[in-house]
Amino acid sequence: MKFQRSILILAVAAALSSLGIYAASAQDADAPPRQTWSFHGPFGTYDPAQLQRGFKIYREVCSTCHSIKLLSFRNLAEPGGPGFTDAQASAIAATFQVTAGPNDEGQMFQRPGQISDYFPPPFANDQAARAALGGKLPPDMSVLAKARSYEAGFPYFVFDAFTMYQEDGPDYIHAILNGYENPPAGFVVPPGGQYNKYFPGGAIGMPKPLSDGQVEYTDGTPTTVDQYGRDVAAFLMWTAEPTLNARHRLGSKTLKMASREATHLRELAVRPAPLEIGIENCSSQTHSVRLVIRQRAANDPF
Amino acid sequence: MSGHSTYQPQSPFMQWLERRLPIASFVYSSFIAYPTPRNLNYWWTFGGILTFMLGVQIVTGVVLAMHYTPNVDLAFNSVEGIMRDVNYGWLLRYIHANGASFFFLAVYIHIARGMYYGSYKEPREVLWILGVILFLLMVATGFMGYVLPWGQMSFWAATVITNLFSAFPGVGDPIVTWLWGGFAVGNPTLNRFYSLHYLLPFVIAGVVVLHLWALHVVGQNNPTGVDTKTEKDTVAFTPYATIKDAFFTGLFCILFAYFIFYIPNYLGHSDNYIPANPGQTPTHIVPEWYYLPFYAILRAIPNKLIGVCALGLAIVSLAFLPWLDTSRVRSANYRPMFRQCLFIFFIAVIGLGYLGSQEPTGGYVIAARILTIYYFGFIWVILPILGLVETTKPLPNSISESVLGKSAPASASGA
Repeated sequence: MKFQRSILILAVAAALSSLGIYAASAQDADAPPRQTWSFHGPFGTYDPAQLQRGFKIYREVCSTCHSIKLLSFRNLAEPGGPGFTDAQASAIAATFQVTAGPNDEGQMFQRPGQISDYFPPPFANDQAARAALGGKLPPDMSVLAKARSYEAGFPYFVFDAFTMYQEDGPDYIHAILNGYENPPAGFVVPPGGQYNKYFPGGAIGMPKPLSDGQVEYTDGTPTTVDQYGRDVAAFLMWTAEPTLNARHRLGSKTLKMASREATHLRELAVRPAPLEIGIENCSSQTHSVRLVIRQRAANDPF
Repeated sequence: MSGHSTYQPQSPFMQWLERRLPIASFVYSSFIAYPTPRNLNYWWTFGGILTFMLGVQIVTGVVLAMHYTPNVDLAFNSVEGIMRDVNYGWLLRYIHANGASFFFLAVYIHIARGMYYGSYKEPREVLWILGVILFLLMVATGFMGYVLPWGQMSFWAATVITNLFSAFPGVGDPIVTWLWGGFAVGNPTLNRFYSLHYLLPFVIAGVVVLHLWALHVVGQNNPTGVDTKTEKDTVAFTPYATIKDAFFTGLFCILFAYFIFYIPNYLGHSDNYIPANPGQTPTHIVPEWYYLPFYAILRAIPNKLIGVCALGLAIVSLAFLPWLDTSRVRSANYRPMFRQCLFIFFIAVIGLGYLGSQEPTGGYVIAARILTIYYFGFIWVILPILGLVETTKPLPNSISESVLGKSAPASASGA
């Protein structure tokens, strides 16, 4: 008994110490404040107006340095997105110059974009980007909202599974855009860097990209960095996960159908087994189960 | 196999077939009349769930393979192409990626059930060892599958894991070069991992057949661990086990669907949405959650060679359970000390899993060492001794007696 107890104490102590240490572990960046997103939760969908505003910010600000190579102009007009019409998407495409070719003379040439084209990158290649931006390489933004996260820590990551928290990427992007501050006393910002309290390590290469009033909104939405950050993060979540609306819709249908099926099966499963076992008894039970299944099939479209 | 009934072909065609290939009577005796202990609880449904998950992974995997390109320059974008442009490609990929997690969840429960009820003991040793082989094959398949999207975690997981072999003196480095097909993880590595990731599931399917064959020779264990004695102890596989398996598979699928549709990236790592970059090491390389306990054991040991050996031994040790456990009583329901030690073992494995996800510093390393010692101590020291010193509770005379509750033992399983 003593032996058991000592093992138990040892194991519990080990488990507790491992959990407790988390609190002491150093955090090198502030946790991004969580925002309210229209696409959160089982019935969440993108807000087309917000995606259009976010697209405007990407186009006027981010696209100067950041590519979005996996996004095509046709995506802008696809369901579950910013809700542009085909004509609008074509018109947007035509405002971009894309490299095409080679032509009959073997030369590459520039032409206005078409709806089937992908967004042209701001720089021809990574080296060109580095050369123009003092050695810094801005990441491609196509799946950026799923490629960024932060450590929620022990109890929270368990809660996050139940609250369906999948917006760590957008929260992080919003936070970064709002995290430019004067560095705390004693923090040495390396040359060419900026202090950002949400960036791991504290020093980010990107200069503060957005200021209040910088991008004009025509729908009366406040033109603050806070709002810009939310809108562009929502847009980037859509470019990273363009099928989210369809996924949530199919999820409800699937779960509804699966629970109905499970309820039916449960009724069959809890039926007590006959205590007298014989060939006759067993096969009659089989028969009745089959009958029940057949009746269900007749009454129910599933 | 003493079936409740035998198959009598009715139609002339089935009679004709029966004399040439008795497949119908084989199916009948294996999946319909096959006697299963009447006291099986829902922990016994995970074998069926695992078979179902293997099917799900193969079907989704074959379709994904139609759209995937195993090339270092194209792999990442081909996966994104599946997500964006393939009809229901996002669904296929999220089923397959989360399917790996749920496959492992099911196999861990299946293994835990086997340990709790002593399903590895005589005469089920071969059945158990085949199970350990299946688990090893799953580990290899899952790892190679994780490399295919060619994100940062894919690349660096491949680098870290293949580099483990370099710990072996002399032969280590040649083995690693041979695994890579070059002098670094690159296109040849991705190609062979893709090839093997497609091959191994069919090897798994083959070993599953052997696993089921062995099961059908020795029969299922049950919550009392008492052998079936009369026909009263058993019921027919169909409808009893099939309906029960189907019901619990349904519940399992509901949980699975919740992850696929609502939190598909919860179990993944965000760094894997960054294309692989050999020039930039992620700040924190972590494997998928289902490898974390073993990863923690690896890092708990300061010497790399011993760490790698411990990692291998952690899985291989399980194959020796039938001989390390000296007790003649199977079920933990009748072994109070074993039951406690086993639950601590389960907690230790979960604790190791958590520690595997954290930076190996300070208290984390100490905690991981304590839990690693318990992991091996339980298997190699506690189990052999316990069987000799433990006082077990009285077993019921038969399964039907335990069901009827004549002597009312602790048959309301605590697991």
